[in-house]
Amino acid sequence: MTPPKSVRFTIKRQDRPDSVAYWQNFEVEWKPHANVISCLQDIQRRPVTAEGESVNPVAWDCNCLEEVCGSCTMLINGKVRQACTALIDKLERPIYLEPMSKFPAVRDLQVNRSRMFDNLKKVKAWLPVDGTHDLGEGPVMSDAVRAQRYVLSECMSCGCCLEACPQFTKDNNFMGAATFSQVRLFNLHPTGSMQKEERLEAVMGEGGIADCGNAQVCVEVCPKNIPLTESIAEVGRQSSLQMIKNFFVK
Amino acid sequence: MPRRKKKIIIIGGGLAGLSAAMKLCERDAEVVIVSFQNLKRSHSVCAQGGINAAIDAKNEGDTPEKHFYDTIKGGDFLAHQPLVRDMCHQAPAIIHLLDRIGVAFNRTGEGRLAFRRFGGTLYSRTAFAGATTGQQLVYSLDEQVRRFEHDGMVERLEWHEYLGAVIDDEGVCRGAVLHDLHTNKLFTVKGDAVILATGGPGQVYVRSTNSVVNTGAAATQAYLQGAKYGNGEFIQIHPTAIPGQDKLRLMSESARGEGGRVWVPRRADDKRDPKSIPESERYYFLEEKYPLYGNLVPRDVASREIYDIVYNHRLGVGGEPMVFLDLTHKSKAYLEDRLGGILDIYQKFTGDDPKITPMRIFPAVHYSMGGLWTDFERDSHGLIDHASPRNQSTSIPGLYAAGEADYQYHGANRLGANSLLSCIYTGLMMSRAVINFSNNLNRSFEDVPSTVYEQTQSYWENRFRDIRKMDGSENPYQLHKELGDTMMSSVLIVRDNKTLEKTQHAIEDIETRFKDVKCVDTSNWANPTPSFINQLYCMIHLSKIIAKGALMRDEFRGAHYKPDFDLRQPGDFDPFEYIDYLERKKNGEAMEDSHYPEGHLDYMKRFEENNKKWLKSSIATYKDNGPEITYEDVDTSIVTPRPRKYD
Ligand SMILES: Cc1cc2nc3c(=O)[nH]c(=O)nc-3n(C[C@H](O)[C@H](O)[C@H](O)COP(=O)(O)OP(=O)(O)OC[C@H]3O[C@@H](n4cnc5c(N)ncnc54)[C@H](O)[C@@H]3O)c2cc1C
Ligand code: SF4
Ligand code: SF4
Ligand code: FES
Repeated sequence: MTPPKSVRFTIKRQDRPDSVAYWQNFEVEWKPHANVISCLQDIQRRPVTAEGESVNPVAWDCNCLEEVCGSCTMLINGKVRQACTALIDKLERPIYLEPMSKFPAVRDLQVNRSRMFDNLKKVKAWLPVDGTHDLGEGPVMSDAVRAQRYVLSECMSCGCCLEACPQFTKDNNFMGAATFSQVRLFNLHPTGSMQKEERLEAVMGEGGIADCGNAQVCVEVCPKNIPLTESIAEVGRQSSLQMIKNFFVK
Repeated sequence: MPRRKKKIIIIGGGLAGLSAAMKLCERDAEVVIVSFQNLKRSHSVCAQGGINAAIDAKNEGDTPEKHFYDTIKGGDFLAHQPLVRDMCHQAPAIIHLLDRIGVAFNRTGEGRLAFRRFGGTLYSRTAFAGATTGQQLVYSLDEQVRRFEHDGMVERLEWHEYLGAVIDDEGVCRGAVLHDLHTNKLFTVKGDAVILATGGPGQVYVRSTNSVVNTGAAATQAYLQGAKYGNGEFIQIHPTAIPGQDKLRLMSESARGEGGRVWVPRRADDKRDPKSIPESERYYFLEEKYPLYGNLVPRDVASREIYDIVYNHRLGVGGEPMVFLDLTHKSKAYLEDRLGGILDIYQKFTGDDPKITPMRIFPAVHYSMGGLWTDFERDSHGLIDHASPRNQSTSIPGLYAAGEADYQYHGANRLGANSLLSCIYTGLMMSRAVINFSNNLNRSFEDVPSTVYEQTQSYWENRFRDIRKMDGSENPYQLHKELGDTMMSSVLIVRDNKTLEKTQHAIEDIETRFKDVKCVDTSNWANPTPSFINQLYCMIHLSKIIAKGALMRDEFRGAHYKPDFDLRQPGDFDPFEYIDYLERKKNGEAMEDSHYPEGHLDYMKRFEENNKKWLKSSIATYKDNGPEITYEDVDTSIVTPRPRKYD
C-alpha cells in the first residue's frame, strides 16, 4: 500500500475562553510514524490552512510525548485520548481534533484542568508524614498492597475519565472517578489510613461518590487502565461504613 | 517582633524544584513555585529505571563509599568529590524519606524496599517503582507540596514562565520576572532568593529523549545575565532510542541483552522490506568489528559505531539516521516473556510489531551533565558544610540552581539512576543554604528600590514588544529544527574539530537568520510564540556554549569521543596500574618500561599529561555575544583520578 502524500486535519479553534469556536482545515505532509503531535508541530512550522490562508499556529498542550505526563489529552475523531500516542496511520482520515468539552477552554486545543487538582486538595490526597528529616524506614508493606497502590498511583490527571463521564459537567461539582480512585490509593497506605475518615467525609458530601451513576465509561477510556470502577465500588463501600459509624457516633 | 518569613521563589516543578519546595516549607519559608505546566506534568515523570542508594539490602557489601567511587569513576573524575560523596552518603536517608511519603517502590517478600542492579555497578543499589519511578517520585513530592499549599505556605504559579532574574545594583538577585502564559502579562515577584530547578536542555537538539519544555532557556538566561555555565559540552547519549518525528523515546538496553542484533543493509539505497533482505546483504557491523562482545559492546561503543555507520558510511536505513535492532529471530513466546513491556512501547509509538519487523533505532541526546555553575563549601574535615549559604549558589548571589539545571555531581558522564538522586539531594540539601543566605543579607528585598523591579520589568516588556514586531521571513519553529539538525549531525558522540569549526559557522548563520524571524502569532491571549522565540534565542546561545566547549576540549573523556585525541589505552590495561605508577613516582623510584606490560608506561605518561591539561571543568562566561571558555580545577581530594576502561 503506498502511503498518502498528505493528511487532512480539521481542527476546532477558539481564540479566547469566551470567543466563538470555528473550524479550520490543514493539509500536512505524510511522514512515517507521524503522530498527532508531530503533525501539529508541522503546522507550527508552516501555519497555513488547506485553503492557503496564513493563520496563527494551533495552540495545544504536550510535554513528555510518551503518554506519561497527561498533558496532551484532546478529542481525536471524537474520542478522548492522548495526542502523543495517536498515530496517524491508525486513524480514520480526515482527522478531527477538538479540545475536551468538560473543562473551561483556554485556547484552541488547550483547556484548564485545575478542577482536578483542586479536588486532590479536597480529599487530602497526600500522606501526612511527621517531617522530612531522617526518621528511618517507612512502614513495612506487602508487595501485594504495593502493587495495588502502584496501579492507582499511575493516574496522570489527564482528564479522560472525566470527559467521558456523563455525570461530570462543566457547571456541577461532581468530583469524578480519578479523585475517588486517589481516595482509595491513600486510604490503602498505613500512614494514609490515619486520615481515612477525613477523605471519606469529603467524598460523602456534594459532588461525591453518591452522584456516580455507575455508567462505567470512565474505566473504558483510562489510558493507564486504572481499575476505576473497582475504586468507586471500594470507596463507596468505605463511605457506607463511615456513614453507619457516623450514625452511631455523632 | 516575629521575624518575617523568608520568601523563596522556585522555578521548576520537577524533582529538584518539588523537593526544594517541600524542605523550605518545613523550614517555615514562604514558597512561590513556578512552572510552565502543572507541576505534576514536569519532565521528571519520564524517568523509568530507578534511583540509587547504597542501602545494601541484599548484604552484598555495598556502601555509600562504593557508590561514591562508582559515581566519580563513571563521571571520568570530572566532578567535585566532597559534594558527590555527601550525596551518596545522604542517599539511603533520601530513599527512606521517599518511601515514607508514599512512593510505591517495589518491595521484598518481607515488605521492605527491593533493589535491583543497574548498568555499571555490581550491587543491587537501585530502588524502583515499577517502570515509572520518575512519575511516582514526582507525584509523591507534588502531594507533599500540595499539602503545604493547602496550609497556605505555597503559592503555585503554573502556566507561568520565568524570563529572568531581577538583579540589584549590588549584583544580588532579588526576584524574578514572570510571564503569565494565559494573559501574556509580565510581572515581577520579589523574594529573598530564586532557585532555578528548570531541568535540562535537550531541545537544543530538538529531538531527544527530553520533554518539549526542556529548552534550557532559564539557565541560559542566567548565563546571559552573568552566571557561569559549567561543562556545557558534556551531553549524555543513550545508544538505543526509537526515532520519532516528534521525539526520540528510550528503548531499554535489555533488548540487546536478550539477543537483539544490530544491522543495516549493505547497500545504502536498499529500500526493501528488511525481512526480505538476505543474510549476505546485511551488515552486522557490531558483530563484525567486535567478535568478542558483538551486540553487547558497552553504551559508548555502541553509540559511536551506530553514529559512524550512519554519518560516515551513510548506511542509515532508508537514508535516514537509524539502524535496525532485530529481534525477529527469537520466538514470539520468548520475546513476550522477556521483553513484553518494552516491545509494547515500541509498538505503541511506531505502530510496528517488533516481534515481526526489526525495530529502527538511533542514539539519542538524553541528559546534560553541564549546567549552571554552582558552588559548595567544605568544612575543616573536607566534608560539606551544610550551613554554608554557598551550597548550590550560582555565581550571582541569591540565584541558586538545582537538579539537571546545575553542573555538579555527574562529571563527564552520568552513572545510571544517579540523576533522580542528585535532583532530590540538591533540592533538599540547599534549603539551609538558601535560608542562611537570606538571614545574612544586609538588606532585604523590601528595602530594594522599586525602580530595580520596574526597570527589569520594562526591559522584558520591551523585549517582548520587539519580538512581537519581528516580521521577517523565517519561521521560528522551522529555524529551531535546523538548529537541532546542525547540533545532531556534529556535536553528538563523535567530535571532530574541523566539523566543529563548521558547526560554529552554522550556528552563527542561524543567529543571523534569527534576526529575520517572523513572529507568526501576535495575539494577546495564551500565545506561545513570542515565548518560543525568546527561548530559541537562548537555545542559540546555549548551542554556542556546547559547540565551543566541544571544540576546545581536545581529549576523549566521558560521554564524548574525539578520535584525534584518543590516548590509545592498551587493551589489557588495568586502571590500578596507574595507582602503582603514581606511588612509584611519589617515592622517587626509577620508572622503567619493564615494570609494566608493553606500552603501558607510555600510555600512563600520556594519561598524566592529558589530565594536567584537561582534568578541569569548562566554564563559559558570556562576553562579546558569545561564550568565553576558561577552566577550573576539580576537587579530587578524596580519590585519585585514574584511567577509565573504555572497551
Ligand atoms: C526518558 C528518560 C528516562 C530517564 N530515566 C532516569 C532514571 O531512570 N534514573 C535517573 O536517575 N534519571 C533518569 N533520567 C534523567 C532524569 O529524569 C532527569 O535528569 C531529571 O528528572 C531532571 O529533573 P529536574 O527536576 O532537574 O528537572 P525537570 O523534571 O525537567 O523539571 C523542570 C521544571 O522546570 C520548569 N521550567 C523549565 N523552564 C522554565 C521556565 N523558564 N519557566 C517556568 N518553568 C520552567 C518545567 O516546567 C519543569 O516543571 C531520565 C531522563 C529521561 C529523558
Ligand atoms: S462510573 Fe460512570 S458516573 Fe461514575 S465516574 Fe465512571 S463514568 Fe462517571
Ligand atoms: S484515572 Fe485514568 S483517565 Fe482518569 S485522570 Fe487518571 S489516568 Fe486519566
Ligand atoms: S505529551 Fe505527555 S501524555 Fe502526551
